[in-house]
This record gives sequence, C-alpha cells and structure tokens, in this order.
Amino acid sequence: MSEISTSPAPRPGFVWALRSALGLAVWVAAYAALDPVSKWLVSFLPLAHDGALYAAAAFFIYEVPKVLLLLAIVVFGIGVIRTFFSVERTRAFLAGKNEFAGNVGAASLGIVTPFCSCSAVPMFLGFVSAGVPLGVTFSFLIASPMINEVALGLLLALVGWKVAATYLVFGLSVAIVAGWIIGRLHLESWLEPWVQSLRAAPVELPDRKITASDRVDAGLDAVKDIVGKVWLWVVAGIAVGAFIHGYVPNGVLAAIMGRDAWWSVPAAVAIGVPMYSNAAGIIPVVEALLEKGAALGTVLAFMMSVTALSLPEMIILRKVLSVRLIAVFAGTVAVGILAVGTLFNVLF
Amino acid sequence: MKHVKVFGPGCARCQQTADMVKSEAAKIGVEVEVEKVTDYAEIAKAGVASTPGVMVEGKLVHAGGLPKPADVQSWLK
Repeated sequence: MSEISTSPAPRPGFVWALRSALGLAVWVAAYAALDPVSKWLVSFLPLAHDGALYAAAAFFIYEVPKVLLLLAIVVFGIGVIRTFFSVERTRAFLAGKNEFAGNVGAASLGIVTPFCSCSAVPMFLGFVSAGVPLGVTFSFLIASPMINEVALGLLLALVGWKVAATYLVFGLSVAIVAGWIIGRLHLESWLEPWVQSLRAAPVELPDRKITASDRVDAGLDAVKDIVGKVWLWVVAGIAVGAFIHGYVPNGVLAAIMGRDAWWSVPAAVAIGVPMYSNAAGIIPVVEALLEKGAALGTVLAFMMSVTALSLPEMIILRKVLSVRLIAVFAGTVAVGILAVGTLFNVLF
Repeated sequence: MKHVKVFGPGCARCQQTADMVKSEAAKIGVEVEVEKVTDYAEIAKAGVASTPGVMVEGKLVHAGGLPKPADVQSWLK
C-alpha cells in the first residue's frame, strides 16, 4: 500500500516533556508578571485613587488576565485527566453495580468522564440499556453538567481552593443523594416504553494506544475549545463583578443573602432553577457577592441551580423520560441543592 | 467500497466526523459510503454511549469526540 498519509511522523517520546516544561515556564512567567503589569497599567488611569470607578477599573484590569490564565491551566489539567476515561469504560464499570456504591462511583466519574450535553440522550440510553441501574445513571447525569471544569477552574481562580473544594463536595453530595433517592423510588416504569425494552450488547472498542504526547495535545485542544468559547462570558462576568466590587457597599448583602436569613437558600434555588446561564458568566458575579457578605451556602445553591437544571436539557431528555420522571428528577435535584445549601450555611 | 456509519443525533461534531471520513477517504484513495445514523434507539443498539460514534464495515471503531485524521485513515485502510 502506498503511503500518502498527511499525518506528521511520530514524535520521539521526550518531546512532550520538553513542550510541557516550556509551556509551564511561559505560564508561570505570565502569572508572575500579572501584579506588576496590571499596577503599571492602572497607574495610567486618569482617575482619583480613592474613587469607586478607580476600584472597579483596577479590579477589572487585574482580574481578566488572571482568571483567563488560571482557567486555562485548570481546563488543561482536566483535559489531560479525561484522556484516561471514556463513557464506554465508565459504563462497563457501573453496569450491575449495587446502589449507593454505584451512585458514589457514578457521581465521581461524572466529573472526569468526557461528556457533552448533546450526548445526554445517547449516554442515558447507553447506560440504561447496558444494565446500569436508573438511580446510578441519574447520579452520573446530575454530576456531569453540574461539576464542570469551567466552574471548578473559575472558582479556584476567583474565590480560592477552599470554596472550589466545597463546591466539589457539595455537588457530589447532591448527585449521590438525588440519584440514590430516584433509585429507591423504582421508577423504571416511568421511562418511555421503547426505552424499557431496549437491550444493547456490550461492545468492545479496539484499544487505542494513547501516548503522553496525545494527552498533552488533548489538554491543549480542551484549552483552545473551552477558553475560546467562554472568554467573552468571563470578561462580561468580571465587568459585573467589578461594578459590584466598586459600587456596592460592604456588608449590604449580608442582610438579604447572609447566613442569618433562613429564607435566602430557598429563594436562591427558586430564582436559579428557571435561569440558565453559562458557569463562566456566573462565577465572577459569585465572587463579588461573597465579598459583599453573601453566605457561601446561598451562593453555591444559586450557582448550582442555574447550571445543574436547564430547560434545553429537559427538552432533550423528554425523548426518553416521561414528564413525571423529569419532574421527579428536577424536584429531587432542587431539594438536594436546597438541603445541602442550608446545611452549609448552618455548619460554616 | 467501504461502508461507514456515523452515529450521532445531529450535533456539530457528528457532522464534522462524517465530513472528515469522506475527506480522509478521498486523500488515501478509498471509496466510502457514509451513512449517518441519528435514531437514538439505533445508536444505543450499536453500543454507542458517547457520540459521535464510527462503525466501519460493521465494526465499531470509535465513540466520543472528534477522531484524529490519522486514525480515520487507519480505519479505512
């Protein structure tokens, strides 16, 4: 067979290490330059240094590059981690798993298994037809959009690792508990009839050798793809955050969104569920809200109800689930978010 | 003539995958017939849980995400 292949010759193994080290060095240098460069830029602003507009502008100029840099590195890291997982392998692992252990596994794998929202129905069918219990499938379906790399990266960048870790635990708890409850309710008969009778034989995909270089490429592809898609949202979100930072007095939100207002979590969920926004746009706002005295449980509950439950996803899922089952799904997730949010405000 | 099935509900990546199969086949001089499968039940029965999935001559070779052009060529050879 004649070779007319246009693919590049395989690179020697060490090149990926060299490339990664070089990339990392550039990233660290850029991050170190953030503070001096932004201060230098801000010094050109023709504004009084104690004004609200100055505070807002300084915040914006420093935050935009910082957030984009941190987002890029987190998205890269998760892109690399995801090359070790696939929906097919996750399914094989979860098939026949008992409840609870299965829910925990499904929720955790939901974070690291590559999954796009247009795949929700094939994934759902693929799981259920291969014998993954319904509740376990739901744990995966809830965790996957709710705990995403953009949300995690931005929380880490804007509010710190403690809040990012809290968000992770919060999201996992909701996915595990909601999936477990749906499993206990035994609602298999509420699936569309053709779904109930669907049986698929397990399929083995040919093992493809993934090199370290491929994994680095996958990470870079994820950065190009995701940061390219959300950067505008991030800039808009930071602009709103900068406004709150500069103009809203400290502590003013404590009364309406603080931990002492018991009704703040239900209100946050009630407002958040019908809203649907990109995690990228909402988190810079979250940061500013926290800074002005809003309680962590309230803010996380709001954020999760915005990202976890979306109307477009429900409409897609209607093809395989009855309306009653969708209502149970949305209701359980909303109640789960409510419970965990309230618990967080009480505990912390 | 190789028969290729691309599984996917019609998302952008599924279309890109189908186009890639055609263009890579043209590059290496292999004749292909590309069939797009959009029916959810058919997708599930083929064992595809993450789209786009690719089947060449009845054998599933790929599921989930855009394949690499070099891989597409190796499936078609």
